[in-house]
Amino acid sequence: MNQNSKVKLNEIFTSIKAEAETRLKDISGDNSQNIFIGMATCGRASGAVEVKATFEEALIERKINAHIIPVGCLGHCYGEPLVIIDKPGFPPILYQNVTPGKARLLVKAYLEEGDPVFEHVLGAMEENDMIPAVMEFPRFNQEKRVVMANCGLINPEDIYQYIAKGGYSALVKALALEPEKIINEIQESGLRGRGGAGFLTGMKWQVVQDSEEKDKIVICNADEGDPGAYMDRTILESNPHQVIEGMAITAYAVGANRAIVYVRAEYPLAVEMIKKAIGQAKEIKLSGEGILGTNFNLDIAVFQGSGAFVCGEETALIQSIQGKRGMPQLRPPYPAQRGLWGKPTVINNVKTLASLPPIFENGAKWFRGIGTDKSPGTAIFSVVGNIVHAGLVEIPMGVTLRALIFDICGGIPNGKKFKAVQIGGPSGGCLPDDFLDTPIDFDSLNQAGAMMGSGGMVVMDEDACMIDVARYFLDFTQKESCGKCTFCRIGTKHLLDILDRITKGEGREGDIELLEDLSMDIKNGSLCGLGKTAPNPVLTTVKYFRDEYEAHIREKRCPAMMCRTLTAYFIDLDKCARGCDACVGSCPTEAIFTTKNRKKGIDQTLCVKCGECMVSCPPEYDAVRKVSPPELAPKIERPKEE
Amino acid sequence: MVKLIVDNKEIETEDEVTVLQACLDNKIYIPNLCYLKEMDNPPGSCRLCFVEIKGYNQPITSCTVKVKEGMEVRTNTEHVRRLQRTAFEFLLSVHHVDCKNCPANKKCELQRIAKFLHFGLKLKKLEQLEREEGVEQDHPFMEYVSNRCVLCGKCVFVCQKKNGKAMLSFAKRGLDTVISFFGEEDKAKTTCKECYACVEICPVAALIRK
Repeated sequence: MNQNSKVKLNEIFTSIKAEAETRLKDISGDNSQNIFIGMATCGRASGAVEVKATFEEALIERKINAHIIPVGCLGHCYGEPLVIIDKPGFPPILYQNVTPGKARLLVKAYLEEGDPVFEHVLGAMEENDMIPAVMEFPRFNQEKRVVMANCGLINPEDIYQYIAKGGYSALVKALALEPEKIINEIQESGLRGRGGAGFLTGMKWQVVQDSEEKDKIVICNADEGDPGAYMDRTILESNPHQVIEGMAITAYAVGANRAIVYVRAEYPLAVEMIKKAIGQAKEIKLSGEGILGTNFNLDIAVFQGSGAFVCGEETALIQSIQGKRGMPQLRPPYPAQRGLWGKPTVINNVKTLASLPPIFENGAKWFRGIGTDKSPGTAIFSVVGNIVHAGLVEIPMGVTLRALIFDICGGIPNGKKFKAVQIGGPSGGCLPDDFLDTPIDFDSLNQAGAMMGSGGMVVMDEDACMIDVARYFLDFTQKESCGKCTFCRIGTKHLLDILDRITKGEGREGDIELLEDLSMDIKNGSLCGLGKTAPNPVLTTVKYFRDEYEAHIREKRCPAMMCRTLTAYFIDLDKCARGCDACVGSCPTEAIFTTKNRKKGIDQTLCVKCGECMVSCPPEYDAVRKVSPPELAPKIERPKEE
Repeated sequence: MVKLIVDNKEIETEDEVTVLQACLDNKIYIPNLCYLKEMDNPPGSCRLCFVEIKGYNQPITSCTVKVKEGMEVRTNTEHVRRLQRTAFEFLLSVHHVDCKNCPANKKCELQRIAKFLHFGLKLKKLEQLEREEGVEQDHPFMEYVSNRCVLCGKCVFVCQKKNGKAMLSFAKRGLDTVISFFGEEDKAKTTCKECYACVEICPVAALIRK
């Protein structure tokens, strides 16, 4: 690019940026009050729509002037709906679990009367001497927000808010560089694909750039499908422009003029947000023809997938866009060589693309300074399951599992003990407490038998039965197998059946070895990544929790007392209170009877082991017991009817 | 022409063919179900044609590797046989073995592979998986017997090749995957009557004339 066009490029962007700043002043001038409401899917699911409506009503009723700004997700799911209120004279304050009732209270007490209602405050968004700032809490201060820096703080439907926060300036920087320089920068940054496998992004790009084919394509892979993983959705819903900016940088670097966002149709809000964002970017020439006055064109389209898990695999994804059945194809040729419609295609995950603008803004060296040597940058995990502060967490690579689970996310609730953490979704593995000091990066997790995957992390407490967990994941992969290759289609079903029979107490001597043998063959024999990794939950649970398998098979005992056929409830007659009927009404199958001395017994032939009696038994008696194997339950005869 | 060594024997073959094709042309049998010589991109889905090739650290499907001068291939290593036996047992565990009453008897590919692998037609370590029984009757000229089908996809390929656009395709997911013609009776009436390419290519008589 010559000097002239560089000047022109900067001029055009400066005027866009000036417009963004003017608009920002309109809403956040010195005297305006702002209410930011988290309106991503997680917020809406916990009632943010009603909360917003209540705020609107209450403002009108009390004739208070304040802007309501819908924002995306901060990642603190445990606190949804989250609301930040920015009132002159106070620091911006974050309120958690806001209900319509709380919304009314906040309008009256805080906005009208100036009382910040301390009991509902999660923290202040900046340091001050009135309210503890959120940055004093580990859940906030041990995070490193690179990809999610603006998530939950800006309105995803307003491109100017992103620009005012520095958005799209990385694209301007990139457009002034030669494409080779951009690829060099990415290679120097050491960025690895965030979709799971951790392939070097720069290398992928290089292949596409080197291709002599004129027509090249960039695809954003937003076909997130792991159970419990939702970071791609959140990013698209909270800050779609960062992804678009990343796509534009990618396209410019490899020489592509077409880009497609492949997002699953089950993410309606993400689809809406990204579509809107693409339209806005086009309107002000940040995409489309002649981006920012240069001769670089980029047409971005959205393609909605129908929700097959396997379509996250790049070759299946390409088949799906081409209107075919989403079945993985053999590689090579890799998509970078021959991808969509036979054209060289870069496929990058949402998080990879969203990492690009910060890298260009701050330089490869800065990015290398975060994380570990071989896995630079940050990782986003959706930490769910038995965990106090569930949600999305962005941490530098290399933080240990212990720090993430116990320090940042607050550990296990209800005083229970940690048992295992499942990382990497259905392709990942379950790691026991011996591995808590494993640093979180691509290679360490692979070594431990799990994988980074897309970043799903399910924390389990002592009540989890590991065979049941393996069974759950196999049930998922087995159903999601595309049916193409023998090992995955039939093999995973055999694994599932064996696990199923073990949880039902029908396990046999030799089942563990059979599981191991079949798993190894499925791993080595399958065609694509789905089949190759599907046995991981089995292999890791057999490896780390072999004693549980043995207890199920040999003693017909479930140590966690989760497998229904292997457990029984009984009532401890020494503790049961004469004449108390609390459990009787709770039993859905009328399995509870009254003994001769007016205490209670459970008819094991009728009991469905729902556990309702245990819940309803008053804590002062605490008479209901659960045992495994079921034979341990003492036999109490039902008195003959007179 | 390219020379390569298969099981310590030198063979000669045309350039640009797959290792599987080179072996078959030289009378070295490698079990396979989903491969046809005419395919540009073999699906590699039956996972039976594994071989070990020097330079690869794992068995690899021979239908997906092109021959190279001096390549050293072994078709009968322990690891190869282990994968083939497991894959075969998987296929057998969803196959309704009833050779006596099956039109494919004696020309069935599964029988051939069973003999070759010295496996027999009985399951060794696995249990028969239950699949939906029954014969799909909605095609005007053909029947589809799902619990015979090995889902090799050859029928889809030949139909595509002969009619430009395949009348048949895979349907459903996972273990429920079947071959379907999606009930397009009118189209089938005009094309299928004279063709039957799919029926002829089916290695296990899962597609038969009505």
